[in-house]
Amino acid sequence: MAQVFPRSANWASKASILAALLIVASILGVVLNINRIDYVSMVGVAIDQPVHFSHKHHVTGMGIDCRYCHTTVEVSAFAGVPPTETCMTCHSQIWTEAPILEPVRASFRDNKAIEWNRVHDLPDFVYFNHSIHVSQGIGCQSCHGQVDQMPLMMKAHTLNMEWCLDCHRDPAQFIRPRDQVFNMNYEYPANQETLGKSLVADYDVQTSQLTNCSICHR
Amino acid sequence: MSEAAKTPYKPPVPELGPGQTSYTSITEKISGIVLTRNTPVAWFIFFAIGFLLLHGLMVGVPYLLFEGVGIWGLNNPVGWGWAIINFVWWIGIGHAGTLISAVLLLFRQKWRTSINRAAEAMTIFAVLCAMQFPLLHTGRPWLACYWLLPYPNSMDIWPQFRSPLIWDVFAVSTYLTVSLVFWFVGLVPDFASMRDRTKNRIGQVIYGMLSLGWRGSAIHWERYEMASLLLAGLSTPLVLSVHSVVSFDFAVALIPGWHTTIFPPYFVAGAIYAGFAMVLTLMIPMRMIYGLEDFINERHLNNMAKVMLASGMIVAYGYFMEQLIAWYSASTYEGFMMQNRMHGPYSAYYFFLILCNIVVPQLLWIRYFRTNMFWLFFVCQFINVGMWLERFIIVVTSLHRDFMPSSWDMFHPTIWDITIYVGTIGLFTVLFFLFIRGVPMISLHEIRTLLVSKDHK
Repeated sequence: MAQVFPRSANWASKASILAALLIVASILGVVLNINRIDYVSMVGVAIDQPVHFSHKHHVTGMGIDCRYCHTTVEVSAFAGVPPTETCMTCHSQIWTEAPILEPVRASFRDNKAIEWNRVHDLPDFVYFNHSIHVSQGIGCQSCHGQVDQMPLMMKAHTLNMEWCLDCHRDPAQFIRPRDQVFNMNYEYPANQETLGKSLVADYDVQTSQLTNCSICHR
Repeated sequence: MSEAAKTPYKPPVPELGPGQTSYTSITEKISGIVLTRNTPVAWFIFFAIGFLLLHGLMVGVPYLLFEGVGIWGLNNPVGWGWAIINFVWWIGIGHAGTLISAVLLLFRQKWRTSINRAAEAMTIFAVLCAMQFPLLHTGRPWLACYWLLPYPNSMDIWPQFRSPLIWDVFAVSTYLTVSLVFWFVGLVPDFASMRDRTKNRIGQVIYGMLSLGWRGSAIHWERYEMASLLLAGLSTPLVLSVHSVVSFDFAVALIPGWHTTIFPPYFVAGAIYAGFAMVLTLMIPMRMIYGLEDFINERHLNNMAKVMLASGMIVAYGYFMEQLIAWYSASTYEGFMMQNRMHGPYSAYYFFLILCNIVVPQLLWIRYFRTNMFWLFFVCQFINVGMWLERFIIVVTSLHRDFMPSSWDMFHPTIWDITIYVGTIGLFTVLFFLFIRGVPMISLHEIRTLLVSKDHK
C-alpha cells in the first residue's frame, strides 16, 4: 500500500506544533493588548471637531485659564463645555470675519449650540466627578496631558480602568498642592514621595475608600 | 448446607462474546460501523431527531442574547432556575465517563474496555452542553471573559476568587481539557487502524492526521501506556473534585436546603448515578442498532447496574441525611425547608423524585432486572428524570420560600427555559451520533487485548 503522506509531512507536522503555539500566543497577545493600543483607546488621535479650536493657541498663546471656559470644573461633576457666548466675548470683537469661525457665529445667530465631539468619553456606568479631583489636588494635566501644547484636542491617556486605579491605589504619586492644579507647567518636586504623602494626609484623601466599586460605579 | 453453597459456581460471563475469535473479527466489526456506506436507518432517525431538537438552541440562544435572561422564568426569589438545574444535570452525566475511563482503568476492570470510548465521548459532549448554561446565565457571555477568567485585563480587575462560580470555571474547564486529552490519546492507535483500513483517500488523510504518525512500534505502545496511566491518574481526582466544586455553588450559600456539608459526596454519588444511567441509555440502543452483543453483554449491563445501585443508595442516604439534619439541627429554617419540600406546593415533585431515584431502582437488587435490556433501560429513564428533578428540588424549593415570607413566590419556567434545555439535548444527540459515524465507538486496541486475557481463554 502506498504511503498516505509524503516524507515532507514529517516536517509539516512538527511545524504545525510550533504554529499552534504561535496561534495561541498571538490570541493571548491580542486579548491582552487590544484595549491598550492607541488605535483602540484613541490616545494621541485628534478628534474632528466642527471648529478647529486650538487649546495651544488659547492657553499658551493667549494665557487664558482653564476655568475661563470650563467654568464648573471646581464645583460640579462636569467641567462644562462653554456656551457660544463665551467664545463671542472675544470673537465678537476679533476675527469677526474669519471663515474658520463661521460655525461659531452661526451658532450665536441661530441660538443653536455647537455640537462638539467628545474626546474624553467614559462609559456611562462611570460616574466621574471633576470637582473632587480638582479640589483634592489632582492637576488637569495629570489626566488630560499637555493640553496647552495641543493644537487639536486629543486624549493623552487611555482612560482604561487600570489607569484610573493606578492613581486611586496610590494618589500620593500624582497629588500636587491645590494652588498648582491649574498650572499646566507644574513640575513634580524631587521629594514627591514624601510631599505626596503629606498632601494626601493634609487634604484628608480617604485612600482606603478610593478602590471601592461604588466610588466610581453606582 | 445453605442454599447458596449448593448452587454450583458459575464463572462470570467473559467480557467478549463467543462471536469474536480473532483480532481481525474485532477490527472488522468495530471499524466496519464507520467504514461503510450502509448507515443503519436508525442512525438517520436519531440524528434527525437530534438535529430537530438542536434548533431549540439555534432559536433560543440568539433570542436570549438579544432579549436577556428575563425570557427565562427567573425572578425574585428564584434567581436560579433551569439554567443551573440543567448545568448540574449535564455535568453530573459526564462523570460516569471519567469514572469508567480513569478509575476503572486504575482498578484494572477489563469490562470497561467495551464502553469507555463511548462513555468518554458522552462526558465531553455532556460537559459542552453543561458549560453553555452558566455562560448564557451571565446574560452577556462576551463579557464573561473577564468576569470568569483571571487575566491581566485593561480594567485591572480580577474575578471574585471567593465565589464558587469561579471555582466552577476552573473545575469544569480542567475537566473538559483532561477528558478531551484522555479521549484523544486513547483514540490515536485506533485512528491509525482506521487510516490503514479505509479505502477512501480523504479518510486516509483525515485519520492519518489524527493518528499523529502512529506506527504501532513497541516504543509507541510503551509511551501510550504510560500516557494513559498518567492521564488516568490525573482524571481520577477529577471524578471527585468536579462535582464537589459544583456542589459548593449551593453548599457555600446560606440558604436552608443548600447550606449542607453532605453536599459534595452526595453530589458526586448522584453524578455517577446519573452518568451510568445515561451510559446505559446510550449503550442499550447502540447495542441493538449495531449488533454489538459480543462487546456489550450481560456482564457489562450487570456491572453497570450494580454501580448504579450502589451510587443510588448513597444518594438515598443523602436524602435521608437531609431530612435527619432538618430535624436534628432543631433549626426552624431547616425544619421549615424540609416541611415545605415534602408538603409544600412542590411536594408532588419531591415524591416523584423519591419514586424515580430511590423506589424504582430498587429493582436492580434482582439479577433479572440488571441483565434484561428492556427493564434496565426502563429503570435508567427513571433515573435520568429523577436526577433532573433532584436538582430542580434543590434549586427551586430552597429558594422559593426562603427567610422572608413577604418575598415568597412560585417558579414558573417559560417556553424559553424548555426550548434551550431541549436544544442542548439535541446538541448532545447530534454530537453523539456524529461521533458514532466517524470514530470507532469501541476501543479497538483495548478490546483486542481481551482476546489474550485469562478470562476469555
